[in-house]
Amino acid sequence: MKKAVALISGGLDSMLAVRVIQEQGIYVEGINFYTGFCIEGHTQAIRNSAKPKRNNALWVAEQLGIKLHIIDIIQEYKQIVLNPKHGYGAHLNPCLDCKIFMVSKAKQWMEQHQFDFIITGEVIGQRPKFQLKKNMPVVAHESKADDILLRPLCAKLLAPTLVEREGWVDREKLHGFSGRSRGPQFDLAQKFDFQEYAQPAGGCCFLTNGHYTQKLKDLWKHRGKKDYEFDDIILLKVGRHLRPHANFKLIIGRDEGENHFLETYQHQYISIKPISHLGPLSLIDGKISAEHIYYAAQIAARFTDAKSNDRVTLEIHSLSGSVQTVKVSPFTADQILKEWYISG
Amino acid sequence: MTYQLDARRLLCPLPVIKVQEYIKTLNSGDILEIVCTDKGSLSDISAWCRIHGHYLLSSSTQYREIFMAIQIGMS
Repeated sequence: MKKAVALISGGLDSMLAVRVIQEQGIYVEGINFYTGFCIEGHTQAIRNSAKPKRNNALWVAEQLGIKLHIIDIIQEYKQIVLNPKHGYGAHLNPCLDCKIFMVSKAKQWMEQHQFDFIITGEVIGQRPKFQLKKNMPVVAHESKADDILLRPLCAKLLAPTLVEREGWVDREKLHGFSGRSRGPQFDLAQKFDFQEYAQPAGGCCFLTNGHYTQKLKDLWKHRGKKDYEFDDIILLKVGRHLRPHANFKLIIGRDEGENHFLETYQHQYISIKPISHLGPLSLIDGKISAEHIYYAAQIAARFTDAKSNDRVTLEIHSLSGSVQTVKVSPFTADQILKEWYISG
Repeated sequence: MTYQLDARRLLCPLPVIKVQEYIKTLNSGDILEIVCTDKGSLSDISAWCRIHGHYLLSSSTQYREIFMAIQIGMS
């Protein structure tokens, strides 16, 4: 029996692609890559939400009855984000380079585990950049997957691959989907009796999100170099980010979940915590002088329940563990300038 | 044998990845005890165990920490 490894995003297309191939008697296992920029896992974990927590890639794998291997590519992925050969999309999304990289990693996995070919849920023209018809061969060629990369949902619109020519799968039973309409996929989902599937509204990657990428660009600008650490890209997902000064910014929790999460970074960042009233935890990212600490506390106080009060007492937690108590007058709404908000 | 894995502070899917990698070093029948803080890790690790043929023996939550015990299956 031939074996295929599938790139599983957790969305409908990869789910359909796997089932199309399973229907032909092929054994399939899935891989899902974790870049650090994935939306669903982190946001649902951090913020308070009544929505049940679920990893869609795992859920899809379970529905399909396949094994799923989640692969950490955080470090290797930096080269793709920082220096994409094919450039960025609308924001900092290096989609074509990303797809090439993930298919090349899938090929490595395939070879290590003695699988025969790779499948993806790509549909021609559905997404800009990597799903353009002209870029499909670019992905196959630059990933070095070439003839062993099969796209079951649009294969009929592409040249036959080795997988089809050798008769491992019947090309006639593959599909010729194209364009942005999701109708053919929904029809196929109904045919397979898929009652439920994830449909992420804004894609699954923070690099396609303008609010997020503004914060990433700000980080690069103020650190004077285009680079990041894992904690940086996680913290960009959390809280309000305000830059009242070129040398530092405040990261202010928006709910209890975010405050708890920010607490775990108190050993890495100077933090401000209100004690006289309820309010969020704020982290200070950057270099801050003693005179600016008081200023930062006034900003932080604005986001407490006592924003209209005369005085708010807060604790300043230093990196050494020492705690200084300050009483400040919260800034008024007018004193918090709109341009301080990094993502608008 | 019983082993312990501390996955506190990690956000999903990192706890699943840690479990996945640790289990590669264990034998069928071994027990892995895990502590996590990500609220999604219980459902994610449970799902991962089901699709890979491992058994979730127990789970509990104390304050913000989630405790799980997994018995390694044959796969």
